[in-house]
Amino acid sequence: MNLTLKIWRQAGPDATGEFVTYDAPDVSPDMSFLEMLDVLNERLIISGDEPIAFDHDCREGICGMCGVMIDGMAHGPQRGTTTCQLHMRHYNDGDTILIEPWRARAFPVLKDLVVNRGAFDRIIAAGGYISVSTGSAPEANLTPVQKEISDSAFDAAACIACGACVAACPNGAAQLFTAAKITHLNLLPQGQPERLERTEQMVAVMEAEMFGSCTNHGECEAACPKEIPLGTIAQMNRDFIRAKLRSRRRVALD
Amino acid sequence: MKLDARIPEGPIQEKWDNHRFNVKLVNPANRKKFDIIVVGSGLAGGAAAATLGEQGYRVKCFCYQDSPRRAHSVAAQGGINAAKNYKNDGDSVFRLFYDTVKGGDYRAREANVYRLAQTSVNIIDQAVAQGVPFAREYGGLLDTRSFGGAQLARTFYARGQTGQQLLYGVYQALERQIAAGSVEMFTRHEMLDLVVDDDGRAAGIVTRDLVTGEMTSHSAHAVVLATGGYSNVFFLSTNAMGCNVTAIWRAHRKGALMANPCFTQIHPTCIPVSGDHQSKLTLMSESLRNDGRVWVPTRPGDDRSPDQVPEGERDYFLERKYPSFGNLVPRDVASRNAKEVCDAGKGVGPGGLGVYLDFADATSRFGSNVIAERYGNLFDMYERITGEDPYRVPMRIYPAVHYTMGGLWVDYNLMSNIPGLYVLGEANFSDHGANRLGASALMQGLADGYFVLPATISDYLAGRLNQPAVPTGAGVFKQAEAAVAERTTRLLGVGGKRTVDSLHRELGHICWDYCGMARDEAGLRKAIDAIRDLRATFWNDVKVTGTGQALNQELEKAGRVADFMEFGELMCRDALNREESCGGHFRTEYQTDEGEAQRRDEFDFVSAWEWTGQENEPVEHREPLAFEYVKKSQRSYK
Repeated sequence: MNLTLKIWRQAGPDATGEFVTYDAPDVSPDMSFLEMLDVLNERLIISGDEPIAFDHDCREGICGMCGVMIDGMAHGPQRGTTTCQLHMRHYNDGDTILIEPWRARAFPVLKDLVVNRGAFDRIIAAGGYISVSTGSAPEANLTPVQKEISDSAFDAAACIACGACVAACPNGAAQLFTAAKITHLNLLPQGQPERLERTEQMVAVMEAEMFGSCTNHGECEAACPKEIPLGTIAQMNRDFIRAKLRSRRRVALD
Repeated sequence: MKLDARIPEGPIQEKWDNHRFNVKLVNPANRKKFDIIVVGSGLAGGAAAATLGEQGYRVKCFCYQDSPRRAHSVAAQGGINAAKNYKNDGDSVFRLFYDTVKGGDYRAREANVYRLAQTSVNIIDQAVAQGVPFAREYGGLLDTRSFGGAQLARTFYARGQTGQQLLYGVYQALERQIAAGSVEMFTRHEMLDLVVDDDGRAAGIVTRDLVTGEMTSHSAHAVVLATGGYSNVFFLSTNAMGCNVTAIWRAHRKGALMANPCFTQIHPTCIPVSGDHQSKLTLMSESLRNDGRVWVPTRPGDDRSPDQVPEGERDYFLERKYPSFGNLVPRDVASRNAKEVCDAGKGVGPGGLGVYLDFADATSRFGSNVIAERYGNLFDMYERITGEDPYRVPMRIYPAVHYTMGGLWVDYNLMSNIPGLYVLGEANFSDHGANRLGASALMQGLADGYFVLPATISDYLAGRLNQPAVPTGAGVFKQAEAAVAERTTRLLGVGGKRTVDSLHRELGHICWDYCGMARDEAGLRKAIDAIRDLRATFWNDVKVTGTGQALNQELEKAGRVADFMEFGELMCRDALNREESCGGHFRTEYQTDEGEAQRRDEFDFVSAWEWTGQENEPVEHREPLAFEYVKKSQRSYK
């Protein structure tokens, strides 16, 4: 099939970007979306142009490195699928596809389709862990964990930090990402000692970064390639309120 | 050069304890005087950086991705072995040790493997305490399953995403240390050279900031490489696109010995190539072979759709040749047999490079809901990639390069022959011999990073107390920076007509055809010549667009492929020298009458290659292997 691609080109972080139109002839339906871009890039290089920069690594939907807006949808039209796992058989001859980087104030563009998602690491560093230094762990089966709890924790832990939730959100909010980690750790018995501090600190850093606020659109859940449930945000909000009430009580006791 | 593996004295059960008692220590107050560089942030590197940070060292950690959480450990599906014996089915440290040495076809060091098995139990404790959501039983305790032909259930797993969850445990521990200030993280940074001081010790690295293009020297008392394997020398592999040999190859060129580079693992159940556009291959978990039946049509060139091929015209070749193990033969045997039937023209799908993995029998026996419960996520992944529904049409699979057992030579302390240079995880050669068992890669990465290196590195550092690291202004750093800059300029200046990918693809074809599933002398000689020619073509005709002072993914790729062009030749040379078949290394000249791998006792050694310059032949050193605790036997799966 023959396609027309409109791709965002931007030379660097401070450069002005623009859409550039490319023809993509003879696209095989078996190609992945990124392989289609590979083929276009090969052609650009041969003709002496700079290829389109885009982030990608594992190309099996698990590393979270890839991700672009495809016709306004984060990771494109297929539900529960990263950009690298989207295949061209979902398109028809003659289609025009609009390709943009994640659009979010907290994810500045570095070049073309590549953005800086460093804010995510800083949210995790604020408390997205259980403090257990190597060697100090007790025997693993000492603490049974109810299977349902463990399974729910896993559902949240499946987040790959691709940033689709932020890109899809009209406010550019990072609630789903932050809530996924908080839910994973706060559900588990091992996560209880730091539960409230964790929640407070991670939310504080999330708000200090350039993310927007959550107004319950639910676009994040629809765009998430790992289908992280929206309910995690409710979990985060409950724990956040508990943490705040507790801090207030502490202040009153002082 | 005498290779001293520094294996501790004493019975194998006591070696690690004795060794830990004998190593020199650095007291907690002095640890902050030491700088340690860790390159790589996967299970091995991330775990080492976090743990050394916890201990009080000043750590710098580097990765080429935008976050340490992206390291390719994330993609491991199956699980992690540990000798916990929770199933009460006869497991023990000794049995895990024994299975691993045997599975490696007697090409690993006994002492290292025993330590790995001992450490395995601590890894599970550590991961659970970090919140890794391993599968659990209804009673709330950890579940295990059997894996990769093992006769007991010692594999812990987190759905089909065990690597991801273990890596996030590592990543979170690492971020905790970053927040505490003990680890400084450099994302989107690539190591382009190792710096060795005038006394021959590792002194630091030169990196390129992949966003700005800036070259920087980093100095330290010790350098730790945990940069993964070199499967991408084959172009198509299950590795991530960015996985590369550059860090360990640059260290090799500075004097570190490269051990057993010909030991590569080919995984039998990957999704076949669909066309020339193919950029990488995707693995489908080995567990599929528990219920799927492998077959091809009996008649070569039969292009009927699988449902049109009657039962009598199907060859279930694994069941036919290996009645007792059937579809569950080890990875190398399954792979080689798939290649054989495809070479005979019986392969299915585009290009005839595929065999069927059929779930029809299992579906009619258990019902499709049971199959969905067991393999649902894999079936979904297969359908996303191929557009075919494996509940109705048999899957097509073909072998692909998946893991590399070879790597830089290290001693028992995981230190290379360059003092102060340590190598962990897939980047070293130490624990898997000629073949890695399923669910052992995660175990080794974490054992090295959490428990082995943090216990052994003080032995070296203690002797360096109060000696400052070599300053980055020193001549050795300036020379390395100049060499890196010169190479970058050269890559950008060739101005030829070939893209980096096209040259990489050609290298991959050579390696796959002559140094893949089956190798022979004539083919390997041909490959060595072909790689040399291709290397010359690369440097004369490659086209790298853009500049060095900005984000330039073509330049990154070009540097990596240039190193693969050198490494590939050494891999073939090692395969040529090893005149035997063992594990993943199958030389067609050395097989039993039944067509199985024939190991030869005179090859009970580790080959460790020394770089002697681009135009010279590398020199092979040998570390003999002794087997005192494991009885060597010929594998048989009939």
